[in-house]
Amino acid sequence: MNTDTHAVHAGDHHHGDGHAHSTFSGYMLGFVLSVVLTAIPFWLVMSGALPSKQITALVIMAFAVVQIVVHMIYFLHMSPKSENGWSMMALIFTIVMVVIALSGSLWVMNHLNSNMMPIHEMTGMK
Amino acid sequence: MTVAVNPVQTGEPVFYLADEHPHPEGYSTSLGFWIYLMSDCLIFAMLFAAFGVLGANYAAGPAPKDLFDLDLVAVNTSMLLLSSITYGFAMLTMQQNKIAQTQMWLLITGLFGAAFIGIELTEFAHMIHEGATPQRSAFLSAFFTLVGTHGLHVSCGLIWLVTLMVQVWRYGLIEANRRRLMCLSMFWHFLDVVWIGVFTFVYLLGVLR
Amino acid sequence: MSPDLLKLIFGRLGIDSLPLHEPILVGTFIMVALGGITLFAGVTYFRLWGYLWREWFTTVDHKRIGIMYMILGIVMLLRGFADALMMRAQQALAFNGSEGFLPAHHYDQVFTAHGVIMIFFVAMPLVTGLMNYVVPLQIGARDVSFPFLNNFSFWMTVGGAVLVMASLFIGEFARTGWLAYPPLSNIGYSPDVGVDYYIWALQVAGVGTTLSGINLICTIVKLRCPGMTMMKMPVFTWTSLCTNILIVASFPVLTVVLALLSLDRYVGTNFFTNDFGGSPMMYVNLIWIWGHPEVYILVLPAFGIFSEVTSTFSGKRLFGYTSMVYATVVITILSYLVWLHHFFTMGSGASVNSFFGITTMIISIPTGAKMFNWLFTMYRGRIRYELPMLWTIAFMLTFVIGGMTGVLLAVPPADFVLHNSLFLIAHFHNVIIGGVVFGAFAGINYWFPKAFGFKLDPFWGKLSFWFWVTGFYMAFMPLYVLGLMGVTRRLRVFDDPSLQIWFVIAAIGAGLVFLGILSMLMQFAVSFLKREQLKDVTGDPWDARTLEWATSSPPPDYNFAFTPVVHDNDAWWDMKKRGYQRPLVGFKSIHMPRSTGTGIILAGFATAMGFGLIWYIWWLAALSFIALLAVGIGHTFNYHRDFDIPADDVIRTEDARTKLLAGAK
Repeated sequence: MNTDTHAVHAGDHHHGDGHAHSTFSGYMLGFVLSVVLTAIPFWLVMSGALPSKQITALVIMAFAVVQIVVHMIYFLHMSPKSENGWSMMALIFTIVMVVIALSGSLWVMNHLNSNMMPIHEMTGMK
Repeated sequence: MTVAVNPVQTGEPVFYLADEHPHPEGYSTSLGFWIYLMSDCLIFAMLFAAFGVLGANYAAGPAPKDLFDLDLVAVNTSMLLLSSITYGFAMLTMQQNKIAQTQMWLLITGLFGAAFIGIELTEFAHMIHEGATPQRSAFLSAFFTLVGTHGLHVSCGLIWLVTLMVQVWRYGLIEANRRRLMCLSMFWHFLDVVWIGVFTFVYLLGVLR
Repeated sequence: MSPDLLKLIFGRLGIDSLPLHEPILVGTFIMVALGGITLFAGVTYFRLWGYLWREWFTTVDHKRIGIMYMILGIVMLLRGFADALMMRAQQALAFNGSEGFLPAHHYDQVFTAHGVIMIFFVAMPLVTGLMNYVVPLQIGARDVSFPFLNNFSFWMTVGGAVLVMASLFIGEFARTGWLAYPPLSNIGYSPDVGVDYYIWALQVAGVGTTLSGINLICTIVKLRCPGMTMMKMPVFTWTSLCTNILIVASFPVLTVVLALLSLDRYVGTNFFTNDFGGSPMMYVNLIWIWGHPEVYILVLPAFGIFSEVTSTFSGKRLFGYTSMVYATVVITILSYLVWLHHFFTMGSGASVNSFFGITTMIISIPTGAKMFNWLFTMYRGRIRYELPMLWTIAFMLTFVIGGMTGVLLAVPPADFVLHNSLFLIAHFHNVIIGGVVFGAFAGINYWFPKAFGFKLDPFWGKLSFWFWVTGFYMAFMPLYVLGLMGVTRRLRVFDDPSLQIWFVIAAIGAGLVFLGILSMLMQFAVSFLKREQLKDVTGDPWDARTLEWATSSPPPDYNFAFTPVVHDNDAWWDMKKRGYQRPLVGFKSIHMPRSTGTGIILAGFATAMGFGLIWYIWWLAALSFIALLAVGIGHTFNYHRDFDIPADDVIRTEDARTKLLAGAK
């Protein structure tokens, strides 16, 4: 590598990798949290501890969201500061797009099915 | 850049940098790789959308309840979680410039990753053996494609991991290799995030249905 | 040889795959072959292969890659336009019991290829080429963020184009329409190679497009020169940023939907089939999630070009810069919320249709705001009617018509009448030709002197302009009429003789556009011959406002001897006004990326893999894939990707320019 040509880069306040330096405690905290956040949904579904399936579904989805945030912070070191906020901006934009495309597709196709296929045929098809 | 941009400070407006430093190598890499991951995220989002729309169309074939073995999925999930923390250790030892330990943690990460792939392939083989092939129903098409794409990504990650281990072994923890390890770290943890979606929406909600 | 062995070696490819029985194709092939041989012989005779390889094919210079994109776009325009002429002629002739001159299976390929080529291999390369060339110069950078990736992206786009062109003479192209809706595009109804050509051409090119999108986003975000805050970026850079964000956020969707279709075709999965729970409408839904942003990917950079051109040739600062930027951002996000308007008739019901109808209409608001900004920029300006400005004015008039018919189509009940009619065809040609094509031509005429150091000939340019504009109106206004009368798209023969006159007018219009294209080629040729007369040594022939005009024409490899510092939106205008003196001493060596042949090699393997997959030549696909992997990994072992242009070279280049400038005065 041509380290000689650009080893010196004084005055550049952007750090090369643009990410916060990770620490052992950070990783461990993230790991413990994610183990807990994984174990509880599995246990909920496998044991059927909650009375209704709807509630269980909502709870495990909530756990998934929390766990994704935990991974983002402790493993992917997301912070509003990294890359002058551009990483966060890209992430937020992507989440918006994902939500639009996912919920939109489900909504659109669900309406299509309920409008275009009589219910009794649907059940017959399954 | 520390150069005075404001003409008030110098009197004369500055229109060019008389003394500039080139951007360091890999100046844009981590942002670029992050943006790539975002585009990959959309790939998975669309596969999730396909699964969401088609995932209940069993075509009189097997349903998630008949197929999924949550114990196996739990084991598999733990493989991936463990590989995540071991990759974290690799990054920590890399920061301390300990080549041998970095390599060791990378190797362990790779083994966990390989175990994950192995378990997933076993699961697939079992399902196909029972007649639950990707061709059997739209649900199974969407399932195999979504989970398989994730598995394919992990496999690519493994190839990349081995390549990087060779490069670290040959050239040491030079700046370029550190940057690459950092990119792979983002890739690896990103796959973990996707897997959270997979085990929640495909496996757990599937069994619940 | 046994049939099994032949199949192993050649897959589905056989002597009967060559369209020897089709005189039109054989004739075309002979022409293309003669042209190709002449070109090949010429390059060989003048010993240009080494030069081309070293200076162009392997270059990582964003300027040269940009120019190559433009050449690709213009070459493919000829192919796509030949298809258009054939369609117009067929539809004008096929009346009163006549079958026209195109058999059905050929006609169907022609309209499919026309759409695919025009969008993916004409509009996209033209737009990407302009962005590639201009953006780094406008932001005062030396190159893009990932120069090697830029080269690779370009060659992947070429790979896709090669596959589409190969389908003309080896096998056939899809007969499904440009978006290849299943179930028609599924294996049951399209068992031959056409759809596979379609899939792999787009997948190979799509990789290139996505990577170049990532590349340009990073370039704009990370490599702006000091002083250029986001709100001091030129509008073209802003629209490029938004376009590339759209590319990165939408091309993965196309990748997925084509991958699912290929799984259906190759593996027998049931995503888009009619049975086993598959849903063909899911394909339509997914592909338009990509498809709608795609039209904004094309038109946003055009908006940027018009903004630059309008303010330059009106001699005024752009009116409402901030509102222009916000309008662009709003369009970027809204373009994701309207995809269903392409299939209102699917039957999702009133609530869904109303939602998407309303969001579609809302998009016209920021677009309208832009229109007013351009008009107010021109207001009380000292307008110079040079070629770029002419194209811009033609755009403003034409695009407004296209926009209004678009809002009409956004009304779901109206769409139920006009869906898939020629009215729709007229509408989208109205916005794509009026917006994107006119924009690209404005951009070509505007930046050509920057790229080559001489202006384009105005006489042939104006001729081309008038042929194009009148031809466009003659070709597409009749289609609005026909569409309102209920004529649907993609028809090959007609029963009602009263319709013929409209198709004849449209065909004449297409003929005029053809003259416009020929005039444009003449314009290039004449300008090259008259390059001494049309020469510009100042680097700023239009008295322009943004940074790309601060350097020489053509710019040196390193773009700027010193990285500029920006104080104003119109950075170069500001520099000129405040007495900027070009630095004459103190040059240093400049750090630049090194050329590499890896990009073209990788793209070559990707194309070969695509070809193998199309024809079921599994050994070729597998070998190419392994080679792709090996070369790709091998490339990462190369740690020496940069070099320094020695200070002496910089001094020599800059001194030459000093002399030139002194001579001009």
